[in-house]
Order: sequence, then C-alpha cells, then structure tokens
Amino acid sequence: MSNAERPISPHLTVYRWPITMTLSILHRMTGFALSVGLVAFVVWLEAIAWDVIPYATFYEVSHSALGQIALLGWLFSFFFHLCNGVRHLIWDSGRLFEKSQAIASSWLIIISAVVLTTCYWLLV
Amino acid sequence: MSLRSPLSRVLGSGSAKEGTDHWWMQRVTAVALLIIGLWFLVSIASLADYDRAELYRWAGYPFHAVMLILASITLAWHSTLGVQVIVEDYVHGPLLKVSALLLNKFLHVFLAAAAVLAVLKIALGDSL
Repeated sequence: MSNAERPISPHLTVYRWPITMTLSILHRMTGFALSVGLVAFVVWLEAIAWDVIPYATFYEVSHSALGQIALLGWLFSFFFHLCNGVRHLIWDSGRLFEKSQAIASSWLIIISAVVLTTCYWLLV
Repeated sequence: MSLRSPLSRVLGSGSAKEGTDHWWMQRVTAVALLIIGLWFLVSIASLADYDRAELYRWAGYPFHAVMLILASITLAWHSTLGVQVIVEDYVHGPLLKVSALLLNKFLHVFLAAAAVLAVLKIALGDSL
C-alpha cells in the first residue's frame, strides 16, 4: 500500500531552520514558563496574606541560587513574551508580514528582551 | 431561502462552536496584561526590603489591591487559553485530552480565586 514516491506535504523538518521558527517556539515555551510562574505568583500572595506558607521560607527560597535562576528565567520570559506578543498584535493588523520584516523584527525582539531583562535585573 | 440573518449564521461557528471567542479574548487579555504587567514591574521596583511587612502594606493600598486582583484574574484567564492550546496540540487520546483540558480550567480558576481571596484579606483585614 505504501508508496514512497508519493508526494508528501512539506513539514517543519524539510525547511532550513529560520530565526522566525525559534521565536515561534520560544513564544510558546516562555508562555508556559509564565503559567508555571503564575503558581509562584499566587503562592507569593498567599505567603504575604497568611504566612501559612511562611514568608520567611518563600524569601529564602527565592534568594537561593535556584530561586534566582527561576526569577531571572521568568523575567526574561515576561519580556520576551511581551515583545513577541506585541508583534503578534501587529501581525493581527496585517502589517510586518514581509520575510525581511519578520526576520528583522525577530532579532529586534531578542535584543529588546535581553536588554530589558538585564536592565531590570541590575536595577532592581 | 433562509430567514436567518448572515450574522446569526456565523455567530458561534467554528469546530468548538465558540466562534472567535478564544482568539479574541486572548488578544483582549494580552493588551490588559501589557498594562498590568508593566505596572507590576514598575511598582514592585520601588520597594526597598521585600520583607512581609513592607509587601503587606504595599498590597493593601486600594489601587494596588485592585491592580493585583485584576492581575490575578487576567493572568489566569490568559494562561488558561494558552495552556489549552498547548494541551490541544500535544495531548492525544480523547480521555486524556478532555481530562487535561478540564484540569487546566479548574486549576486556573482555583489559582485566580485563591489569589483574589489573598488580596481581599490584605486589603480588608487588619493591618499586620
């Protein structure tokens, strides 16, 4: 039954990996990371409100090496998801779809996200 | 000839019978989170010690409390929509998929409710 010669529809694997694909999957990954961050955000609010989860413990964990890496990751995820999200909104309006624009804006988003993360991390 | 208006025929169409609701609410919450998220980062940056007493006072200011409640609900909403798409893409098998989608909804509603209650307690309860 199987016919190897039969034409198949092109899929992700047949393309040379362009920068826009990196941004696309990063958008999903940072979005999911932020969903996990939402749990941390709520635990943080609970700790402030009730101290049931002792705030001291929360403070300690967030200042440990692992906690700092997580916070940095969420900060980058936030800025990346924000910048790329704005591009999605612009795309919704039908603009910025040319290949050259998509590539240029991709790099702009990566640079913006890294710069914003670094600045905020160093300032706060 | 149908007596239904073109509008009534397209309302609620699409495979999930929800029309463009998912897409549209994702955009609406995105714009809201753009504002709320930047407010949060700017406002939290102005604090000094980040100990419980300081954060309790900060979250208790009426404006901050309102923003935190809006943040909790909008974040949970936007996050549900996003995780739903991830589940739909990667989780297969009808039972597993429906269970994951339900769990996604329930967990997010729980998180939102818990967060709102925490903020209300801080804003309306006794000071620390």
